[in-house]
Amino acid sequence: MRHLAGWSAAVLILALVFGTLGAVAWRADWSGGLGRADWLAIRFTLWQAFLSAALSVAFSVPIARALMRRQFPGRGLYVALLGAPFILPSIVAIFGLLTVFGRSGWVNDAFGAIGLPDISIYGLQGVVLAHVFFNLPLAVRFLLQGWQSIPVERFRLTESLNGSVWTLLERPMLVRVLPGAAAVIFLICLTSFAVALTLGGGPRATTVELAIYQAFRFDFDLGRVALLAVVQVVLCLGALSLAAAVPVGDGVGIGQDRALMRRDRHLLDWVWIGAGAVFLGAPLLAIALAGIGGLGDLPSVVWPAALRSIVVALTATVLSLGLAMALILWSNGARWIEALGALPLAASGLVMGAGLYLWLAPLAPPAALALPLTTIVNAAMVLPFAMRIMTPAYREIEAGYGRLADSLSLTSYARLRWLVLPRMRRPLGFCAGLAAALSIGDLGVIALFAGTEQATLPLAIYQLMGSYRMEGAAGAALILVALSFGLFWLFDRGGRIDADT
Amino acid sequence: MRLALTLTFCAGAAAADPLTVYVPDYFGSEWGPTPAIKAAFEQTCDCEIDFVAGEVLTRLRLEGDRTQADVVLGLNTDVAAEARELNLFAPHGLDTSDLTLPIDWTDETFLPFNWGYTAFVYNADVISEPPTSFEGLLEMENEIRIVIQDPRSSISGLALAYWVDAVFGEDATEAWTRLEPKILTVTKGWSESYGLFTNGEADMVLSYTTSPAYHITEEQDETKVAAIFDEGHYFMAEVAAKVAGTDQPELADAFMAFILTPAFQEIIPEGNWSYPANLPRDQWPEVFQALPEPATALFYTEEEAAERRDDVIETWRSALTQ
Repeated sequence: MRHLAGWSAAVLILALVFGTLGAVAWRADWSGGLGRADWLAIRFTLWQAFLSAALSVAFSVPIARALMRRQFPGRGLYVALLGAPFILPSIVAIFGLLTVFGRSGWVNDAFGAIGLPDISIYGLQGVVLAHVFFNLPLAVRFLLQGWQSIPVERFRLTESLNGSVWTLLERPMLVRVLPGAAAVIFLICLTSFAVALTLGGGPRATTVELAIYQAFRFDFDLGRVALLAVVQVVLCLGALSLAAAVPVGDGVGIGQDRALMRRDRHLLDWVWIGAGAVFLGAPLLAIALAGIGGLGDLPSVVWPAALRSIVVALTATVLSLGLAMALILWSNGARWIEALGALPLAASGLVMGAGLYLWLAPLAPPAALALPLTTIVNAAMVLPFAMRIMTPAYREIEAGYGRLADSLSLTSYARLRWLVLPRMRRPLGFCAGLAAALSIGDLGVIALFAGTEQATLPLAIYQLMGSYRMEGAAGAALILVALSFGLFWLFDRGGRIDADT
Repeated sequence: MRLALTLTFCAGAAAADPLTVYVPDYFGSEWGPTPAIKAAFEQTCDCEIDFVAGEVLTRLRLEGDRTQADVVLGLNTDVAAEARELNLFAPHGLDTSDLTLPIDWTDETFLPFNWGYTAFVYNADVISEPPTSFEGLLEMENEIRIVIQDPRSSISGLALAYWVDAVFGEDATEAWTRLEPKILTVTKGWSESYGLFTNGEADMVLSYTTSPAYHITEEQDETKVAAIFDEGHYFMAEVAAKVAGTDQPELADAFMAFILTPAFQEIIPEGNWSYPANLPRDQWPEVFQALPEPATALFYTEEEAAERRDDVIETWRSALTQ
């Protein structure tokens, strides 16, 4: 049973990533190789992804540490809000960032008022800023998971023995968690595209995914599309194997699953918490302010679109958690299966969409497939995050309680029900929230397939903008943000309430 | 229950297959012109029309002769050659000698239904002395902030590349180099650029001479103005075509003919914010009649456009990456 589920999940992922790539390559007329512009794109892609990942991870350590050590009213909301930037549709996030950091944004207004020169967000710095905005919160959440995995008893023990918490507990945990977090963020930034183009300032900031888009949309040169998609997969696999080469080390063992409470004072912690809140909160505030004006004249089509988005998001969530659970139970620690779960990050969303279209359009009218396909692709795209969050949690449970469970002959369903799932509530909730929120904001393959009857909310936003209705688009964007955040909060909260076992 | 089923079944059998028409996203949404066009056309026949919004050319290329489309709408003159190469279309068989276009139209396959000029639209609150020529634009201070679209992903961005090529020819690289310091950023598509312009991030945006009509009509805002250049403006038309393999040729022909009638053409100005291809000027909405219009239309035929495409894009790319 475990094998069957695992194999099915693996086949589905391989089909989505390589099957679609194969379908595109099959239809291609092969012409030349990579040109100079392509190599420039590869170089820029790697460089910006490296910078974005390094900075996101670097800032995430002090913020996560501060959040771990401090209890304050609204901390729960703060942690929940950390999910918000990551799950914003990129077009919405870009406009939020520009309201704050743009040429006539808040920061430049403030600088101008005190006589400082303007800063420009356009260029490499803008691309990296936006990527840090998206991914810093994700890194913080990864690290919080890491910190929570250290049983609070260990902190007490270390302190009572006058040992250094940093050397004995925190640093080893970071060594375990950081490479994986950095790799995931690197991969996310590797396939970035709308951000890079809009904030990059021009063709200097061309990424590989953008080159794929152009080859596909503009030249319809499927050979180049396939070639560039392969380049992207290779880059991603390279990053994954680098991250995997870092020794994982042993976990710190299990405890009673209680939260850490500290009463000493550290000014610096509050500075980091405050800086994080301002950096991440200001653009969100800008989006809310822009959207409120547009709520008045929302076209009626927004509501059915929102409903479709919710259904797609919830189904994709169930599917992706199921896939992740199947792979994790099957893998038993096998690295290649875990790598399989990260594979969708390497895939170009565009190639997936086009490949599926080539496969399926002869079988059924594309519009009828739009929503199911969007759901499946979204589930696959979220899978790497689910794997990344759930795998360490599962490993620790097995390492800590596995033998006890074995000796009690607790197997299969009962083991899952009584041992694994209760102890995975936090990561499961976080995952479900992330999955739901990510899928609701994703334009996905819908743009290629949808008729007017299948528009999801992100597509509706693009259509509103395309018809000059920028205010309506801002209003719809606010609804999208509220929905995705609401779903995220609901699941994440559900996972944390009474999670002490 | 059985009665209801029978009724549904009969209703399904009575109505013939709908006419499937592919349209671009901006055209096919609820706030685009399609709802009005659907209503107007369905009055003329006992038929149903089904608009499918999306990327028209991409879909056709993926589907080839298996396409479900009976008619496609919204292909652009600059990519007409590539669409023609698909060998999917049948002649429209309509008289195009009296179209209200600034150029002569003799194409027997593609039928234009609306047209416009590429233009830089500026915010009159910020720019008090707008340029009156492309040369004047290049001479503006570098503090001015312009947003344009990437010619490799956007049809309007491509039109700008042709426009620069048509105006400056051999000196196109120099022109781009002089424009570059004023370019705030380059976006993937028109929507992102225009959003940057309307929220005040940019002073000027690459758009169309007809864009101000939207702001005047819908928002009573007259501060968004198109700068008219002496050298002329690049012309583009959106065209329709009948798919040769359609299973309802008569209905497709009827729709193609309907495109040139006033019932369709009157929807265009305030539905797609562009000029109608077959409607005398005095029948345009007043706002459109009052819009300043370029004296010269610059236009590459589809053969010229296809031949110059790689060159003009490479000129743009290399000048902006230096």
